[in-house]
Amino acid sequence: MIAIVDYGVGNLFSLKSSFAAIGADAVVTGDPAVLHRAERILLPGVGAFGDAAKKLRESGLDAVVIDEARAGKPLLGICVGMQLLFERDFEYGEHQGLGLIPGDVRHIGERIPAALKIPHIGWNALHLTDAACPLFRYTREGDCVYFVHSYAGVNCEANTVATVEYGAALTAAVRRENIFGTQFHPEKSGRVGLNILRAFTEWEGTTC
Amino acid sequence: MITKRIIPCLDVRNGRVVKGVNFEGLSDVSSPVELGRLYSDSGADELVFYDITASYEDRRLFTDILTEVARTIFIPLTVGGGIASVDDFDRVLKCGADKVSVNSGALRDPQLIYEAAKRYGDQCVVLSADVKRVDGSFHVFAKGGRVDTGLEAIEWIKKGVSLGAGEVVVNSIDTDGVKRGFDLEMLAAVCDAVSVPVIASGGAGCIEDFVTLFETLPKVDAGLAASIFHFGEVSIPALKAELKKHNIPVREV
Repeated sequence: MIAIVDYGVGNLFSLKSSFAAIGADAVVTGDPAVLHRAERILLPGVGAFGDAAKKLRESGLDAVVIDEARAGKPLLGICVGMQLLFERDFEYGEHQGLGLIPGDVRHIGERIPAALKIPHIGWNALHLTDAACPLFRYTREGDCVYFVHSYAGVNCEANTVATVEYGAALTAAVRRENIFGTQFHPEKSGRVGLNILRAFTEWEGTTC
Repeated sequence: MITKRIIPCLDVRNGRVVKGVNFEGLSDVSSPVELGRLYSDSGADELVFYDITASYEDRRLFTDILTEVARTIFIPLTVGGGIASVDDFDRVLKCGADKVSVNSGALRDPQLIYEAAKRYGDQCVVLSADVKRVDGSFHVFAKGGRVDTGLEAIEWIKKGVSLGAGEVVVNSIDTDGVKRGFDLEMLAAVCDAVSVPVIASGGAGCIEDFVTLFETLPKVDAGLAASIFHFGEVSIPALKAELKKHNIPVREV
């Protein structure tokens, strides 16, 4: 069973539906006992990092997610849920993330030409910097996925498994052992996205 | 490189997809769920559903259909039509919409854009403007293109973006249904005025119209159309193949 962490942020309907579409058993839950029982955890997130971090902390689920991830349970963070995996974020002041993956979250405007629109919104091609990452079992170089974001992970090169070209090579996906994150929305990325979720649900966690 | 989006638009009334020519003379085409799946499978990058029903009962029918669409289709979904309050945003977002398009509701109360963007984020709020030339300037029309608000369109769109709209759909009433190409002059004026994604709507009649759109106006992010897709006059795979041939980046499926 996959536990989709419900901490009062965003709409989890599409995520739940996308797991149903690939035949995976997923529940939306804010119950620590269910997160503990689950085989895998999915950490969603939309909106501003600070709000999401605050809500996750207030729900008390931040500690549960950290404990389960450190115990080796497969964890996938999506969009702001991925950004929360990092140590620090600088959206509207400095905020603390979960610190599960080394790195910071910065506004993409610091790195891309001024002529490019922000947010980076739409379908863009993945460059797989680690094609052997278990998430990419069914993904090919150049596959397009759907992005909506103004911030991205930085100083996380050692754990970056995919980048996306948008005036600069932005972090598109990260992985540190059993902890994964995608800046894009697999649940909105058609067949390519569903296959990334499928790969996550199939990963046995035996290789690091 | 970010790809240009091709977006079929489905006007839904009484649970069925309809398309008007110059906003009048609607004709029933097909099931929203079936058409949505067909488009998603054939490479549509996003779907827009406009609820053009009036009564409360039909609204329920629409949200039921939206839920069914969102359960089976995994590309971004935008919903519009009759959005007048933050509660309306909430209603359709809960059914699986990713973005909500505001038009007449925002003209009545521009703060709706601000309130919705604050609660759901700029990326969630799409400003849709029906624009027509009146005495040599662009005017915004309300109520499905029937009522001239007298507002200058570019100023209105700039205001909407400053209030928090994360994308703009520009629908030219002058070219809508005419099928002789997008309104390049109008779109150029909007692209020069705002820095958020601009979605072109109204006037596409053939594949070449999309090629011309993206080649002439590189700042346009997406092309939206309805009847040419519904009636099979343009197939999305053929459209994308042609765009690719012209070195316009598209997502292949």
